[in-house]
Amino acid sequence: MEQTQLIPHLFRTEFRKITAVLCKSFGIENITVAEDIASDTFLSAMEVWPYKGVPPNPAAWLYTVARNKARNMLTRNKVFADKISQELSSDGASKTFEIDLSLQNIADSQLQMLFAICHPTLSVEAQIGLALRILCGFGIDEIATAFISNKDTINKRLYRAKEKLRVNQVAIEFPLQAEIAKRLPAVLTTIYLLFNEGYYSESNNLVLRKDLCYEAMRLAEMLLAYPPADLPQVHALLALMYFHASRFEARLGTTGELILYEDQDETLWDKQLISEGARHLHMASTGAQLSRYHLEAGIAYWHTIKEDTVAKWENILHLFNQLLALQYSPVAALNRTYALAKLRGNEAAIAAAEQLQLNDNPFYFALLGELYRDVDSVLSRQNFTLALGLAKTDADRQQLNRKLSLLV
Amino acid sequence: MNEYVLIMRHEDGSKIASPEQMEIWMKQTMDWIGGIAAQNKFVGGTGLPFDDARVVGSNGVVTNGAFGDIKETIGGFITVRADSVEEAVEFAKGCPVLQGPGNTMEVRRIAKNDGAH
Repeated sequence: MEQTQLIPHLFRTEFRKITAVLCKSFGIENITVAEDIASDTFLSAMEVWPYKGVPPNPAAWLYTVARNKARNMLTRNKVFADKISQELSSDGASKTFEIDLSLQNIADSQLQMLFAICHPTLSVEAQIGLALRILCGFGIDEIATAFISNKDTINKRLYRAKEKLRVNQVAIEFPLQAEIAKRLPAVLTTIYLLFNEGYYSESNNLVLRKDLCYEAMRLAEMLLAYPPADLPQVHALLALMYFHASRFEARLGTTGELILYEDQDETLWDKQLISEGARHLHMASTGAQLSRYHLEAGIAYWHTIKEDTVAKWENILHLFNQLLALQYSPVAALNRTYALAKLRGNEAAIAAAEQLQLNDNPFYFALLGELYRDVDSVLSRQNFTLALGLAKTDADRQQLNRKLSLLV
Repeated sequence: MNEYVLIMRHEDGSKIASPEQMEIWMKQTMDWIGGIAAQNKFVGGTGLPFDDARVVGSNGVVTNGAFGDIKETIGGFITVRADSVEEAVEFAKGCPVLQGPGNTMEVRRIAKNDGAH
């Protein structure tokens, strides 16, 4: 048998393209119909390819099948057909119904879906869930694993989200130029959180976690390919993701345990991703707007330089100061304190840390334990123990136990 | 040397998996068939689409689909050459369909047109 090699993730890639295009043709209220047709298309491939061989152009084969399935459904389902043909054209014959699977329309549909999904009426979780399903071609199981949740919860969440899009009659189209500035923050937040979901997930599925991060990066690249969205803060977000992604291999040990930045083997940092990040950071350095992504990308950039220098920690501290002024978060406050310790010593940092009073945050006590390590071993132990009581993940508990065992 | 049909039976043919999962299954099926073909024991085979499936009852009633009141559906079959039913069973054991709980493989010898049954 003559066999064309199957491209990895082909189905996932084509699922999102077919779903986005069909969704645009059928309207947002028929999002589920679009998903079903896409899934059915792969079933057909499974029924044919293993026995007859993979066609020379697998994507084209899938599009032909998807097109036919969409047409059959329109002929079968008159109510649906009437609705579609009314909206599409005045000729009303579903036989002439065409689905435009040109490269341009595939790209446009996915982008328009991205803006539609990031509609303000949807919760952030719903936006990320829908983005994973429709724009990244993830299955319900995979989304449930990523969110450390179960299929039922995810199914309900997606169902409610689709209902909201239907009720609000969200259009799948490019927002007007004036609207883009208003809608973009939500789109960037979704991409950012999607990346975090992969980077900081508590899930043990490393392959899936990396996939989430790469999908977030792909969505940002997709956004940049659309001229009105080719904006400095989008480059900044992408730069930030590249810098973080460069440390993937170094930050996880063989058993999936977290390796702290300090202890990472920097020869495992991916130089190519770092330079890609630098390129985007450079492209972000225009305009008058300093976004949180600029600041976080700057911080991430300095972290790609392993050597401890005054300049490095000065810059990081300065960037954290700006970030906190722009948008407070406990994580940023704790990291700022760490930078302070690097620059001014532990005593000064302890004083600053005790101002934070993040008494329900395990990382707060972990930081204090760290700062007291060489100052007062009793207080160090006390703080690490408090952190252990609040820790939420096995990886964190492992880490803290190791720190406790190293205390003299 | 006889020919045997290896029939894939799915407990629930209507289950939809994720695109990624489907692709993995498909690759496994191709590897499975490739392994048999590499021994020059693969004769042919086909998947059986669930589209346009009909069930015809003894009373002449025709129902749509292969599921509903039928618990098991046939997803496809391949024909192999084997020296014995045991060898054909070994081939069947490698079918990825068996990863699905409740799924089974049926192995049947193809009757020869030589009067010997």
